[in-house]
Amino acid sequence: MAVVFEKTKALTDKPFHYCPGCTHGIIHRLVAEVLEELNLIDNAIGVAPVGCSVFAYDYFNCDMHEAAHGRAPAVATGIKRVHKDSAVFTYQGDGDLASIGTAEIVHAAMRGEKFTTIFVNNAIYGMTGGQMAPTTLIGQKATTAPLGRVEDHAGLPLKVSEMLATIPKAVYVERVSVHDVKHINQSKKAIKKAFQYQMEGKGFTLVEVLSTCPTNWGKTPVESLKWLQESMMPYFPLGNFRTPEEV
Amino acid sequence: MAKELWKGNEAISEAAIKCGCRFFFGYPITPQNEIPEYMSLRLPQENGCFLQAESEVAAINMVYGAAGSGARVMTSSSSPGISLKAEGISYIAGAELPCVIVNIVRGGPGLGGIQPAQSDYYQACKGGGHGDYRLVVLAPNSVQEAVDLTQEAFDIADQYRMPVMIIGDGMIGQMMEPVEFRDVPKRQLPEKDWATTGTDGKRKPRVINSLFIDPQACENHNIHLFKKYDEITKNETRVETYKLEDAEIVFVAYGTTSRIVKNAVNALEKEGIKAGLIRPITLWPFPSKAIEDAASMANVKMFLDVEMSMGQMIDDVKIAVNGKKPVHFYGRTGGMVPTPAAIVAEAKKILGGAK
Repeated sequence: MAVVFEKTKALTDKPFHYCPGCTHGIIHRLVAEVLEELNLIDNAIGVAPVGCSVFAYDYFNCDMHEAAHGRAPAVATGIKRVHKDSAVFTYQGDGDLASIGTAEIVHAAMRGEKFTTIFVNNAIYGMTGGQMAPTTLIGQKATTAPLGRVEDHAGLPLKVSEMLATIPKAVYVERVSVHDVKHINQSKKAIKKAFQYQMEGKGFTLVEVLSTCPTNWGKTPVESLKWLQESMMPYFPLGNFRTPEEV
Repeated sequence: MAKELWKGNEAISEAAIKCGCRFFFGYPITPQNEIPEYMSLRLPQENGCFLQAESEVAAINMVYGAAGSGARVMTSSSSPGISLKAEGISYIAGAELPCVIVNIVRGGPGLGGIQPAQSDYYQACKGGGHGDYRLVVLAPNSVQEAVDLTQEAFDIADQYRMPVMIIGDGMIGQMMEPVEFRDVPKRQLPEKDWATTGTDGKRKPRVINSLFIDPQACENHNIHLFKKYDEITKNETRVETYKLEDAEIVFVAYGTTSRIVKNAVNALEKEGIKAGLIRPITLWPFPSKAIEDAASMANVKMFLDVEMSMGQMIDDVKIAVNGKKPVHFYGRTGGMVPTPAAIVAEAKKILGGAK
């Protein structure tokens, strides 16, 4: 019988710990497939964050570092400055990257550090149990915003891709989503481009992936995919914000 | 090699380069600025990398990444900056990565001041960051010793896979003294068979990590670390003793303060008062045995611990003396440096009281 699908070699056999309906698994697979297709598995060094994907080092079948909360871009800077030819990436959530780690991501982009950041935005703190994130939408309930996020009190959600796109050395910035097959395929293309630009030495590259958190959103997986489209995408529009050609 | 006149901070930097440090990540703060400034000029000449980070927090995490990647790497800062690095230092200790951290201590707490101080003894030796961990803490009292200890610090870090701190102050960092860059004996160092370099398809992936979600595994990791710390205590404890043989009063002091105390010991001798000095060179591992031994000497009546702090090392001195003899304290802090005359006067005062 012909083999029509095989798990990528860039993932280990360890079962994911993610909740049912969470899209981290899809995003892991996309990153891993890109590493394999670009022949980068043996040359990759990844950095896991603190958050739901804290155990990413158990899943990616390449050398990995586990970083302190928000510090992955600084750790990746240290790695890439030592191993200039390696494919270095960080995999970070929105609490990690858009809250505690804003200084690190902005300055890595400012310096044009030649690594790729996969920024998984699910508008909530997942691992710690559903607290408000900088990306939590207005009115969205969280355990630290029990009545929903209020603009006057907590401000408006941070648009990371738009912000980083103002930085000259952030050469590739794109926001994608994984709520259906078409968008999953588009996401993979974006991740692939980011790694290609990295390996060409173009500068800092980031792909923001809109993702679901059924457990902490209090929705079923299907409702979550719908909520992502209907509530997140209008505020966090998909699209490319920077490509190297513009630079 | 003939002796040359070197400023402490620059001498430490050159010593690091001479023993193979090729990566430096730092952030400006007085009184250690000559270290990043020197490195920014010299490291590119050696095909190394100097990077001015956006913060001390970022700098120590760059060190984490570079150390985990197998590089010889250093950072430096001063007290408030070391507070910011504390998180990263804990992770580096937890992940067992070798690196060298220079702390040119200034007065505190808070923004404090920029003059010499020793009020970060607790921070250096008793944690600073979270969790059960230790740093090897080397406390030179001259620019020459700072050079010698810097060269050894990298080997100690590599041998035991742990962060080593060199602790000085504005006096050591800013003062110029004659220095000879000697060849220090090179240690037999283990292969870095844990470093992330990319697998090259030839080995299993490596993970640099300090997360042990299973409490039993986390306890086991702590036990493993402390076995290593026991070995370091056995092998690496360093102390200088001075005129202990017939001393009635034994000073304990380190770094800058130890030089001032030595003058006080000599001044007291001229007045017929027998004094000695125990100078910890490693603050951790602390030379408890030397102090314990002195406490058991019949001629020793008392100890006088002298620090540029309100009294921090004195805790370890008291533990080592274990109630056998009285332990007194004299300190200046906030950037004030004690004078030999003040130390002599304090010694006479307490000796008088003891008679």
